[in-house]
Amino acid sequence: MVSSINMIHSLFIINSSGDVFMEKHWKSVVSRSVCDYFFDQQRKVGNPEDMPPVIATPHHYLISIHRCCMFFVAVCMTEVPPLFVSEFLHRVVDTFEDYFSECTESIIKEHYVVVYELLDEMLDNGFPLATESNILKELIKPPNILRTIANTVTGKSNVSATLPSGQLSNVPWRRTGVKYTNNEAYFDVVEEVDAIIDKAGSTVFAEIQGYIDCCIKLSGMPDLTLSFMNPRLFDDVSFHPCVRFKRWESERILSFIPPDGNFRLMSYHIGSQNIVAIPIYVRHNISFREAGGGRLDITVGPKQTIGRTVESVMIEIPMPKAVLNCSLVPNQGKYSFDPVSKVLIWDVGRIDTAKLPSLRGTINLQSGTTAVESNPAINVQFTISQLAVSGLKVNRLDMYGEKYKPFKGVKYITKAGRFQIRM
Amino acid sequence: MTDSKYFTTTKKGEIFELKSELNNDKKEKKREAVKKVIASMTVGKDVSALFPDVVNCMQTDNLELKKLVYLYLMNYAKSQPDMAIMAVNTFVKDCEDPNPLIRALAVRTMGCIRVDKITEYLCEPLRKCLKDEDPYVRKTAAVCVAKLYDINAQLVEDQGFLDQLKDLLSDSNPMVVANAVAALSEINEASTSGSPLIEMNAQTINKLLTALNECTEWGQVFILDSLANYSPKDDREAQSICERITPRLAHANAAVVLSAVKVLMKLMEMLPADSDFVSTLTKKLAPPLVTLLSSEPEVQYVALRNINLIVQKRPDILKHEMKVFFVKYNDPIYVKLEKLDIMIRLASQANIAQVLSELKEYATEVDVDFVRKAVRAIGRCAIKVEQSAERCVSTLLDLIQTKVNYVVQEAIVVIKDIFRKYPNKYESIISTLCENLDTLDEPEARASMIWIIGEYAERIDNADELLESFLEGFHDENTQVQLQLLTAIVKLFLKRPTDTQELVQQVLSLATQDSDNPDLRDRGFIYWRLLSTDPAAAKEVVLAEKPLISEETDLLEPTLLDELICHISSLASVYHKPPNAFVEGRGAGVRKMLPARAGSQETVLETASGVTDPPAVIPAQDSLIGDLLSMDISAPSVPVPATTSVFSPPAVDLLGGGLDSLLGGDVAATGTAGSAPVSQSTTGLLGDIFGFSATPASYSPPKSNWLPAEKGKGLDIWGTFSRRNGQIQMDFTFTNKAMQAMAGFAIQLNKNSFGLTPSSALQVMTPLPPSMSHDCSLPLATTGAIQRMEPLNNLQVAIKNNIDVFYFACLVPVNVFFTEDGQMDKRVFLATWKDIPAQNEVQYTLANIQCNADAVVQKMQQNNVFTIAKRNVEGQDMLYQSLKLTNGIWVLNELKIQPGNPNITLSLKSRALDVAPGVFQAYDAILHT
Repeated sequence: MVSSINMIHSLFIINSSGDVFMEKHWKSVVSRSVCDYFFDQQRKVGNPEDMPPVIATPHHYLISIHRCCMFFVAVCMTEVPPLFVSEFLHRVVDTFEDYFSECTESIIKEHYVVVYELLDEMLDNGFPLATESNILKELIKPPNILRTIANTVTGKSNVSATLPSGQLSNVPWRRTGVKYTNNEAYFDVVEEVDAIIDKAGSTVFAEIQGYIDCCIKLSGMPDLTLSFMNPRLFDDVSFHPCVRFKRWESERILSFIPPDGNFRLMSYHIGSQNIVAIPIYVRHNISFREAGGGRLDITVGPKQTIGRTVESVMIEIPMPKAVLNCSLVPNQGKYSFDPVSKVLIWDVGRIDTAKLPSLRGTINLQSGTTAVESNPAINVQFTISQLAVSGLKVNRLDMYGEKYKPFKGVKYITKAGRFQIRM
Repeated sequence: MTDSKYFTTTKKGEIFELKSELNNDKKEKKREAVKKVIASMTVGKDVSALFPDVVNCMQTDNLELKKLVYLYLMNYAKSQPDMAIMAVNTFVKDCEDPNPLIRALAVRTMGCIRVDKITEYLCEPLRKCLKDEDPYVRKTAAVCVAKLYDINAQLVEDQGFLDQLKDLLSDSNPMVVANAVAALSEINEASTSGSPLIEMNAQTINKLLTALNECTEWGQVFILDSLANYSPKDDREAQSICERITPRLAHANAAVVLSAVKVLMKLMEMLPADSDFVSTLTKKLAPPLVTLLSSEPEVQYVALRNINLIVQKRPDILKHEMKVFFVKYNDPIYVKLEKLDIMIRLASQANIAQVLSELKEYATEVDVDFVRKAVRAIGRCAIKVEQSAERCVSTLLDLIQTKVNYVVQEAIVVIKDIFRKYPNKYESIISTLCENLDTLDEPEARASMIWIIGEYAERIDNADELLESFLEGFHDENTQVQLQLLTAIVKLFLKRPTDTQELVQQVLSLATQDSDNPDLRDRGFIYWRLLSTDPAAAKEVVLAEKPLISEETDLLEPTLLDELICHISSLASVYHKPPNAFVEGRGAGVRKMLPARAGSQETVLETASGVTDPPAVIPAQDSLIGDLLSMDISAPSVPVPATTSVFSPPAVDLLGGGLDSLLGGDVAATGTAGSAPVSQSTTGLLGDIFGFSATPASYSPPKSNWLPAEKGKGLDIWGTFSRRNGQIQMDFTFTNKAMQAMAGFAIQLNKNSFGLTPSSALQVMTPLPPSMSHDCSLPLATTGAIQRMEPLNNLQVAIKNNIDVFYFACLVPVNVFFTEDGQMDKRVFLATWKDIPAQNEVQYTLANIQCNADAVVQKMQQNNVFTIAKRNVEGQDMLYQSLKLTNGIWVLNELKIQPGNPNITLSLKSRALDVAPGVFQAYDAILHT
């Protein structure tokens, strides 16, 4: 099916209490009553995360994303690629975050006009127009206090009167005439470990989602190459459009003219077919059987970390409904139990190998219930600095096309992604 | 200093206030006022009353103010068409502005104002902008053509904009090319003529592929979607397109990735399946699909729905990636359910252990729907992977021990299927099942449990008590349960007649006298008569061996799957429905098909190749005759709409044929009732119950005059062909119109397409006295010499008698070559249908057929054309039928029957298309009887 260019008819933004607080129409006005279908569905699922991303109504399709506690609902009337729409919606939210440093209802309301201008610039008749932040920022200046004051005094506006230079060049992601006094290029290699660990502590499934985020402030038109010590690790990569794919295919070198500022250079995926090191273990013992309550005993320790410290450890356990309360004693950090959502959170902090963090105590169950309907799972978060758990290492960064010597930096971080331990 | 200040209102009324501000002389004030208007608009307030005041602000050098006014205009011009005219002058002027940004903005906005009077003024500026020196203006203008087409298609065609747009395909700027492609595709979709606007030739494709590398991610999606509509001329071109598209799989934008997957999946069809290139490509497709699963849940969901199609079409791609489909406890429910579905599709002997332990884990989760589906999945694994059956059963038993109500019920439903798949293997667990009898409150679980009790009544000591306990509330039960209970008690009676007579009386009278459900009554009567006339026959029928159940119940039809593969990444792929089924007024009639593999001219007789590896389980679910007799529960797990309604016609046949042979004393062939050929039914006692007359099974055309007397020196031969008891017969009427007696009859058949040859001598009454007629039949075999005839079913015959040798030719009705084993397994059918390239499909309209789908099924079945599946799609019945010719050629047919329309569309697929005309004739003849 050929996609229609007027794929996105309208956009509604809905806050967590179910109010449509912003609407934008690209073609004709679609009544916001179309959102009633969305609300009907919402009542059925209860949990906002479980909201189906595509809803068919008699005359429209509602394709939505849930981000920042808001729903962004696109209204479509024809056969569209749904991923196209959701990718676009995510890009809209990214842009808002980029412009206003965060994306909340009050921020959007505060910047209605800019938001409206942005949306109009990003989509023409339902067809994405300018979605690169570099270009958008040239067309519509992001608000900041200094400029707002200056504009009020001088009567200038935040809308640029000239065509962005990058818009049509071969490097549409980069504006021309970039100038810095300090030329710097920073690369963050971030790896997130997604894992499911079973009761016995063995790995059911583990993989690494890695990405390289850059902050590049280089003058002129720098042409960079980045090479790795062990590029053979990559068998599944996706790149920012600036990366020359041919070069990567033949030499396994990232060669690119970077956008100005912050961007994601590449993301990669090290799949379940490789062996993934698991940097943390959780020993747990939970029982609900004893009269009037159960016992919980959790110990956390490092594993396969090549001597690095595991930091910012956080343990989250959604307890069964029958649990009324917990009285636990941690030997480090703080814990909390929310009796409404039944979620137990233990903020552990860093793991000291000499004295492993533990949390022990009793769980109070509703009287009369002995069996619990399901076993909980533990959600773990952690951070390890200076380690890419896959073993990935950047070899060197070279710059061509400009004469100055930039300052270069590479940082490695390993984090928990969706890291779950079954109890 | 934020925009929220635009919402402060005063007592006088907002609109009034704004009006005066808009007319303020100070530019700054004006701008602020317009901003306030826009802010009100975004929250959905009606500020259309301010139209003239806002339009007055349009003439300005300030770009921001201009933009804001334009935004306002786009929203409200439609409601104030007369006022909107006021804006035209400014638009036209702006289209001439030295600043390309303003030119583009003007042409873009004008296109969005859907007011006829304005549209007229748009043409000239648009024409200029399409040739603008600045690519930014050109690319904006390209989109504007599509907007205009939507408002006034005729105007666009008359003004020659389409040609201008096509010229832009060769533009030097890739962004312009991408937008031109998008605009043309859009126009193409909306166009009523149906003929494609872009002529896709190698040159255009090359331009698009070049632009693909350089345009924006969104443009890439449009270009890829356009490429998906192109059919390369040969496999070399297909391969080269694949090579140039493959890098898109590494794009960060999920929409680009999925569109690229679509093109590759489609083009792969054209490449030789065993080539290195295809196997490399297959490997390359896995990682990007896996990566999509680590994106946001919305993306995951769409990806999973598409992966569901991809694993059905090409299971190889993800066969090693089972683990990525393992469910995390905090996945959204819609992701969980999809993952589970794909896990079962990928389950194989190699990974079954992992899969099972996962499923067991899921069965203890909180979400009821998910848990149920997980339990069903365990049952499906048991049926699909035989080696795992034992582990599955013990897992299910563990789950039953949890005593969680819905888990127990679900487990019992699937255990029933396992019993059917592996009879006499796991019955030791029955006692455990019986312990849970009281907790079952769902009809399907109750029916399953009753079926189990009936089926194994001889091993359950208190089976009578158990069944009796259900009987108490008979009338409150669901029909499914009632039917099941009736059958179970009859089974029990047949197994233990001594002490259950009372029980069976009770249930029969409940079913026949106290019930107003016709199905239940009919079944009650059948049993009653059976039991009262011939208990032995009743035993044969009720306790007959049941056909096995098939493992895959929810595969998409091959044609639908192929169509959906062409729609990967679109809404159709999410709904698993073709777009014309749900998109209003779009693309009606244009169905997409996968391209055919090049150079697949396999030899005629090797048709059976697709059938060489039939799966372990044989008959398809739809043909389960067992359903009527004892299984009301639609066989394994996932409910497939429309499959359950199918069983009546074949079942009637079974009773017609099977019972007759029972009663007529010829009991031999009824062991596997389902596959027993029902050829000659001499309908006895049951015939009148069903109300059909004793028609002979297969179709045989009326006798025609093969040899007129004047040519046969007084010998007159009328004849026809028929198929009886799996034997082709040549039926003659010899009449002696000469004056002398005739003797010494012999027959010879020339070499022919199907190798027909007499399998015994011709037995004609000798001597045949003058003016006497004699009817006789000659059995024929298909083992003779083969020579292709024209037409294919032409047969040259020589008959000799004491007077002379006579030659004549006749046409053999092709249906006599349809063999009794022409029923293809559903899965093999799916696979074969897929396998046979599209050019081997021919269509034919069966005109003026006065029977409904069920009658078609029945008539064709009598002629060894077997219905594999029946679906109801949007009110029309789709029948899938298979037949096999004596020479091993398989023919697969799809019939489209619309109620009320006497014309039936028949699509035929076969590797040997030569047989098609004969098959069409056969259908025509059979269905017109």
